[in-house]
Amino acid sequence: MTQRYETVIGLEVHAQLTTKTKIFCGCSTEFGQTPNSQTCPVCLALPGALPVLNQKAVELAIRTGLAINCQIAPRSIFARKNYFYPDLPKGYQISQFELPVCGHGWLDIDLENGERKRIGITRAHMEEDAGKLVHGDTPETSGNSLVDLNRACTPLLEIVSEPDMRSANEAIAYLKKLHQIVVYLDVCDGNLEEGSFRCDANISVRPYGQEELGTRAELKNINSFRFIKQAIEYEVERQIDLIEGGGKVVQETRLFDSNTGMTRSMRGKEDAHDYRYFPDPDLVPLVISPEWIEEVRATLPELPEAKRTRFVEELGLTAYDAEVLAADRELADYFDACVALAKDAKSCANWIMGDILRKLKETDSTIADTPVSPALLTGLLARIADNTISGKMAKTVFEKMWQNGQTADQIIDKEGLKQVTDTGAIESLVDEVIAANPNQVAEYLGGKDKLIGFFVGKVMQASQGKANPGMVNQLLKKKLQGGS
Amino acid sequence: MTIYDLTLAELRTKLDNRELSAVEVTNAYLERIAATNPDLNTFITVCNETALVEAQAADQAIAAGEVAPLTGLPIAAKDIFNTAGLRTTCASRILENYVSPYDATAIARIKAQKAVIVGKLNMDEFAMGSSNENSAFGAVRNPWNLEHVPGGSSGGSAASIAAHQAAAALGTDTGGSVRQPAAHCGVVGLKPTYGRVSRYGVVAYASSLDQVGPITRDVRDSALLLQAIAGYDSADSTSVDTPVPDYQANLTGDLKGMKIGLPKEYFIEGLDKDVRAAVEAAAATYKALGAEIIEVSLPHTSYAVACYYLIATAEASSNLARYDGVRYGLRDENAEKLIDMYMQSRATGFGAEVKRRIMLGTYALSSGYYDAYYIKAQKVRTLIRQDFLDVFEKVDTLLTPVAPTPAFALGEKTDDPLQMYLSDIYTIPVNLAGTCAMSLPGGFSTQGLPIGLQLIGKPFDEVTMLRTAHAFEQATEWHKRTPNFKV
Repeated sequence: MTQRYETVIGLEVHAQLTTKTKIFCGCSTEFGQTPNSQTCPVCLALPGALPVLNQKAVELAIRTGLAINCQIAPRSIFARKNYFYPDLPKGYQISQFELPVCGHGWLDIDLENGERKRIGITRAHMEEDAGKLVHGDTPETSGNSLVDLNRACTPLLEIVSEPDMRSANEAIAYLKKLHQIVVYLDVCDGNLEEGSFRCDANISVRPYGQEELGTRAELKNINSFRFIKQAIEYEVERQIDLIEGGGKVVQETRLFDSNTGMTRSMRGKEDAHDYRYFPDPDLVPLVISPEWIEEVRATLPELPEAKRTRFVEELGLTAYDAEVLAADRELADYFDACVALAKDAKSCANWIMGDILRKLKETDSTIADTPVSPALLTGLLARIADNTISGKMAKTVFEKMWQNGQTADQIIDKEGLKQVTDTGAIESLVDEVIAANPNQVAEYLGGKDKLIGFFVGKVMQASQGKANPGMVNQLLKKKLQGGS
Repeated sequence: MTIYDLTLAELRTKLDNRELSAVEVTNAYLERIAATNPDLNTFITVCNETALVEAQAADQAIAAGEVAPLTGLPIAAKDIFNTAGLRTTCASRILENYVSPYDATAIARIKAQKAVIVGKLNMDEFAMGSSNENSAFGAVRNPWNLEHVPGGSSGGSAASIAAHQAAAALGTDTGGSVRQPAAHCGVVGLKPTYGRVSRYGVVAYASSLDQVGPITRDVRDSALLLQAIAGYDSADSTSVDTPVPDYQANLTGDLKGMKIGLPKEYFIEGLDKDVRAAVEAAAATYKALGAEIIEVSLPHTSYAVACYYLIATAEASSNLARYDGVRYGLRDENAEKLIDMYMQSRATGFGAEVKRRIMLGTYALSSGYYDAYYIKAQKVRTLIRQDFLDVFEKVDTLLTPVAPTPAFALGEKTDDPLQMYLSDIYTIPVNLAGTCAMSLPGGFSTQGLPIGLQLIGKPFDEVTMLRTAHAFEQATEWHKRTPNFKV
């Protein structure tokens, strides 16, 4: 039944811009401060206060717009969106309506079948956030709603997509890609839980082949990728069931309840606000010169997609490794720093994807906190490459390095871990092992080749891991074959 | 001559000569206010204590030789200006007990010169009105005839200057609110070019039209006060970063080569014959002073009032949304639900005219009507602005009436809002165009009420306008008359 219907999804993402101060006043945007401690006449909407646009917010909007291939408007207008709510101190939100800062753009997403799909971006516009309502939880405040305006007037960029996505998975792919870009650009911290990256989804279904869009429902403010997927899937099913049952989808705003996994109606079209948008007379048109755009463009970092391509084409990584390393800007920078020092990109990638990421996960930290700098890691790789230590011993050195931040050379020296490459010394260990295990020797000679690992292990054990495993292997084979 | 009869410029000289101290001057004015305010109802708040503290500080500054042009001069402000630590009511119940934590930029600038703020002046609620009858604190009376209105919305400001309760006042002008009451009270009122004076801290009525302006006894004082408040302010995005010339230095009396235009659309049916005669007499005076008088045309004038009442009310409907009872101001504590709190607080807190304008503006911005009203009005506004730019290719200043009639009687127009709106017919086009204009005393009606003349200047050319006004003032005696109301 589901197969007869095509899902159509458009997304509106609100990304909080990482300015130090609010979009229309000088108050701090820091999260989690004492309620109403970060306010002033402007963001409290005291009588007579006026907004002044934060130029840094504009710069971040241009930055994002360029990265998602948008036309940057040479002239854009701030407008007032009028409605009453206690978290909206002025009784209107300053937003952009008819002339947004970023015009049409696009983003390519990778589908599960390996294909690439271009998702259109309708526009991106700047606006201010509202405050927060808190429900009183002390004896004096119980039953009351309290207003915290610390968040009021923090800058947001609302990025509106075309209704180009056809499944929850496509929607998630788009969101993740967009999320990665804004975090990469340092324009948004990407924190979904704190609400720095919020998503509303417009969802409709239509029979395959029908050109006209079905009636859409808007799902509001869902705060994790998992919930977005759940919410979309639930909503699609609900709409199809409704139509199949002879009903009609009504245009409405719905809320997703993460406890039940269901969506429920918040307000219908008849209750929709008439926002009475009009240009804000307190703000002059925002004029962005071509020079300013080029200045911002020059500061854009290499984006994940370009990085992935470079990692594969220039450094010879697999597509998977490139994907993982490019996904996080700091990780990618770390990798690039290692490659610059070590040349051998492949082993850098292996170590980062293996041991570094494992340790980060174990210690619940990020690459920014790693005690093993690119210089330390590549120092270790150099000692493997020149046979000072074995790959296995390197793991021990790495553990110590993680704990005390010393160089590979210091650790090898102090712990006496230098690999034994003296043929004579290894030979005598090999002889001892062969002599001590006659049964296994007989089995080996009888054709059980796999036992070579057993002998290598014994010799390595006897050398306390310091013997060069390659040499051990070679000597063992020679001696065992020799039958002595 | 008593202290309170002196102009700003005269007081400056006496303070600088140590003939008077700022404390003496302030006391004289506070006594004058106490004696006259019961009749006039001009003040909402009198700063009996803080004014004397400020006066003492001014005297110390004068003693130390740190004298700015306004140091120690007693100035009052329309109750629309935020003043730190003082009540700022906007003549509304909804802000009846509101004390501002900060100073408006214009206030901060005169305070920086150590001017003495003697009080906050009555006005039409939220600056909406032409008679000062729309005040939650009661109507203001015209010192020239206590049964007549002083004009509005800066009625308290103009009346207080006419009655010598302050040496100068700050008002605001959205559609004539400085010029029209100045005309009705026989004083000088100047509306600077939009962007010349910061609007920061001025309670907003219609943001694209509001402008702060001085109300004074003569043109020199107007220049002096404008000088103090003019200039770019980074806190107001619409203030313009352009040099502020020396206004006083340009009061030369020289009108040689000056071309003064009389817009024919301003001399129409409904214009009182005494007012018409005063403007014509002024034109003759200017001709005698060497100016050339030219008839000009502002063809879109008749659309200005309609255009204004769409744009101003649209902006007001949004500007006044912040008075919701949530953070400050009046709140209906009996409301059970949020929507009731909004509705009841606003129903109780706002007066009838404010509600009328909020409804008009909300309607003009509503979906389905926006294009027909708001957008259309913006287009008309562009045409009106263009009228002025075209005319200023031909002349330096325009000479017109300020209002169609002298001050009308209290209650005369309160039942007919449209008639009331039409009393701003000559002042509104200037706000829509964004240029500067001023009102100066130009005679008296047969009833003995003052008549104002309006001079309209080119954008940011307050200098030429002031020079033109000053030359007329030098040639006439109208500004020297004072009302003789019973105290």
